[in-house]
Amino acid sequence: MAHTHRPESEIALRVKAIESLLVEKGIVDPTTLDTIIEAYEHQIGPHNGARIVAKAWVDAAYKQRLLADGTSAIAELGLTGFSSEHMVVVENTPQVHNLIVCTLCSCYPWAILGLPPTWYKSFAYRARAVIEPRKVLQEFGLVIPDEVEIRVWDSNADLRYLVLPERPQGTEGLSEAALAGLVTRNAMIGTVKVQPPEQPSTLAA
Amino acid sequence: MNGPHDMGGMHGMGPIPIEPDEPVFHSEWEAKVFAMSFATFCNFFPVDETRHASERMPPGDYLSSAYYERWLYALELLITEHNLVTPAEIEQRIAELAQGE
Repeated sequence: MAHTHRPESEIALRVKAIESLLVEKGIVDPTTLDTIIEAYEHQIGPHNGARIVAKAWVDAAYKQRLLADGTSAIAELGLTGFSSEHMVVVENTPQVHNLIVCTLCSCYPWAILGLPPTWYKSFAYRARAVIEPRKVLQEFGLVIPDEVEIRVWDSNADLRYLVLPERPQGTEGLSEAALAGLVTRNAMIGTVKVQPPEQPSTLAA
Repeated sequence: MNGPHDMGGMHGMGPIPIEPDEPVFHSEWEAKVFAMSFATFCNFFPVDETRHASERMPPGDYLSSAYYERWLYALELLITEHNLVTPAEIEQRIAELAQGE
């Protein structure tokens, strides 16, 4: 899936050489490297963003604060972190659908959603999201009617975005934790909608 | 800087490569490149310099490389520019490791 320019074995060897030199010179600590990898593989991920969304769905005052000043409202939940220091939260409504991209590289709210998926980092997404968002969304299986406005937000080094998806119908009785379980990563980027619990949906998607 | 990274609106990039149930890292080298970059850009140079370094990749290479290959390019450029490691040391270590395998 990586589609590397050089053979992967060559790259792996190069990385191993650099690692051994950096460790030998005391520039990086091998335990620190393992801790960083472990954190981004298992601890930091879309479940953080899902908590923010679920709270906004059940707490109108929180939602207001979140949309007015995302950075502060996210800090209230203790979820501020690297690469998510300045956050703007944009709300999907029946009239407006929001989509997030980073055309220049792959800026993304790491602390809130984890590391971005390959498609978010792909040249195709970076190039096309801003000129043909409806076609891009169709590739994710999401058809946005013509009368719904699409707003595309181009992230940058200092400012990151999060989509507040629409709460699905039929979820009135669900707890905040159960609601968080419905919220997927792609829904918080804006490439899918949150599905009600009757339909299959996974947090990992 | 008007480089190949300024990609918004570019044509001809094809379909979005959507991979279901994608792992965070696809290989050990990807994870290590990420971790070494993270560890160094916190301590030796700011993250913005890392981004700029990947944008200094020659356009042809930029457009034909994978995401973590660009990170590797930036990491290698910065650790050598900041005199943490020399290019000769890297090449020598690669040769040693290749011999040991």
